[in-house]
Amino acid sequence: MEVILQNLTKKFPGRDRKKKKEVIAVNNFSFSIPDGKLIGLLGPSGCGKSTTLNLISGLLKPTSGRIFFGEDDVTDLPPEHRGIGLVFQNYALYPHLTVMQNILFPLQNLKGRDRLSKAEMAEKAREAAGLVQIEELLDRKPGELSGGQQQRVAIARALVKRPKVLLLDEPLSNLDARLRLQTREEIRRIQRETGITTIFVTHDQEEAMSISDMIIVMKEGIVQQIGRPQEVYDNPANLFVARFLGTPPVNVFDGKIRDGRLYIGEEAVLNGFSKDSPSDVCAAVRPEGFRLCENGALGCELRGVEVMGRDISVVSGNKFSQNPQVRAIISTEQQIDFENSTVRFDLIPRKVFVFHRETEERICFEVSTGGSL
Amino acid sequence: MKKDKEGSVSGTTMWKKFGSLKAWLYLLPAILFLGIFMIYPLVDVFIYSFEEGYNSASQTYFGTGFYNYSYVLHDPYFLQAVKNTFVLVLITVPLSTGIALLISVGLHSITPFRNFLQTVYFLPYVTNTLAIGLVFMILFKKTAYSDGLINLLINWFGGASVDFIAGPYWAKMFVLCFYTIWVVMPFKILILTGALSSVNQEYYNAARVDGTSKLRTFLRITLPMISPMIFYLIITGFIGAFKAYSDAVALFGTDLNAAGMNTIVGYVYDMLYGDSGGYPSYASAAAILLFTIVLTITCINLLVSRKKVHY
Repeated sequence: MEVILQNLTKKFPGRDRKKKKEVIAVNNFSFSIPDGKLIGLLGPSGCGKSTTLNLISGLLKPTSGRIFFGEDDVTDLPPEHRGIGLVFQNYALYPHLTVMQNILFPLQNLKGRDRLSKAEMAEKAREAAGLVQIEELLDRKPGELSGGQQQRVAIARALVKRPKVLLLDEPLSNLDARLRLQTREEIRRIQRETGITTIFVTHDQEEAMSISDMIIVMKEGIVQQIGRPQEVYDNPANLFVARFLGTPPVNVFDGKIRDGRLYIGEEAVLNGFSKDSPSDVCAAVRPEGFRLCENGALGCELRGVEVMGRDISVVSGNKFSQNPQVRAIISTEQQIDFENSTVRFDLIPRKVFVFHRETEERICFEVSTGGSL
Repeated sequence: MKKDKEGSVSGTTMWKKFGSLKAWLYLLPAILFLGIFMIYPLVDVFIYSFEEGYNSASQTYFGTGFYNYSYVLHDPYFLQAVKNTFVLVLITVPLSTGIALLISVGLHSITPFRNFLQTVYFLPYVTNTLAIGLVFMILFKKTAYSDGLINLLINWFGGASVDFIAGPYWAKMFVLCFYTIWVVMPFKILILTGALSSVNQEYYNAARVDGTSKLRTFLRITLPMISPMIFYLIITGFIGAFKAYSDAVALFGTDLNAAGMNTIVGYVYDMLYGDSGGYPSYASAAAILLFTIVLTITCINLLVSRKKVHY
């Protein structure tokens, strides 16, 4: 089921009674989510991603804007008539019911013609349990399950009615690191098997990047960028997106553009800029965008090297860096001269993003003619 | 002192001993208090109940045996008191808990005036029992000048006046139950609204997404979630109602045997200090009987709860 959001806006009344300042949680959100895809809603805490999810689920009513599921306008429909499945951050499994009863619960709510016989219900519940591989846990209570198992039960409960859209609110945040890795693969697999359009909310960029067909990066209620994970990573629309995606994070430098060249300090590092580029910019360089080079364009004072097996992380400092340290990841094949107190890098133009210092908007430059100086 | 402590090994063991001693020292006030005012009297009452014709002034008695129990169990006043108490318990505990649950659910689901209404419902709790008794007098008592407010209403609807305070048994029992329910309600509402608001909102959201009807949400989610609190209220309600006395006094005066509205605790009191009083042995036997009844009911409650109360 295709999900279309049209100018979706949600305002909450301010806490302060005197000031009456409204909080805009979601601001003019327009997007169409293609059928059968896994979508990651990504952003820092408080950016409105959970609110967006609740708007889609119908638990919240939008202040303005419309929501369509396919052709149908569902904006005014209550959650139960939208055909959605929702997995809560804390799972919200009913603690006094067994796993089986929890999964059966949504089916037992059906009335009239939709009402299934007991055998059919049990059959469907077993099917859902099978999908998330918890058949052997059906008689237990949620309190007797591990976090990962509870998560599966919650997903099974959301899936048992065969929803058109599956919504997951921070599905992995309560799991430990290893389980998280495993569960996200699981979510991916379940989504593939069922083909249900799935939207999940996360603040963990790695999580979103690794399993989503598409990610939506949000900040303060405003959509920053929408695209395939790799696309967004390689082509961030603004400094926020560039900073938010990627571990280790991008290295941001204060830079200047003069005569079509990018300067960091007095060192010209890239060219290919058009004449009308602003002079004050920020240059963001991905950690893998550095190439060790004896007469490289950018000099940094060497602080240390962290060997991580597959590659080396070179930690250095630069006066114009906005981050406390410059972190470059290079392959182990390259040798570092520890005798020298400065390291010199060439920058890989594809991995360098230049932004307007004030607006933080992306400034494009020609990569083909660019290259290192 | 500190240096000593760090200095020698024997010092530390001494200190350890003193530590456990200190724990006992801290427990001492409570143990003393409970021992003198709870445990000792309980044991004493138990002993008195077997001592026939005990006289507290001369500290003498004729003999030991079950005569006191036999006397109390054959005393029509005691049997009346037991009947009254059981009627009171069986009517007021379920009714007050049920009504309190309804009111709390109502309070919980409205936003405007919630605080105001909560205060209103809580007022009886901070009001003096006798003051409430006075109000009930005005509502129910027949005087030379009027038949009371409730009778006015009954007359208005075409009914005949009922003497609630000195009239038929059912009328008096009705007033007593009404009064008891009204007095115990605020505390129950307070506890239940607290329990209701501690249920995680996510459960309700989950139920909403699943299209659960309001009634089903209440029966299948809310009720099990607050069942420990309901159970607590039922147990304390039972115990409280079995110990009822002051409510009856507030309504019917001190001569409860004459009014036929005595309770077990009232009977115990009368045996000790009332006009027919001065029989600590009978009072003790009655008190032990009450204790046995309350203990039995509480045990039954606990057994039932083990099956019905979740987590």
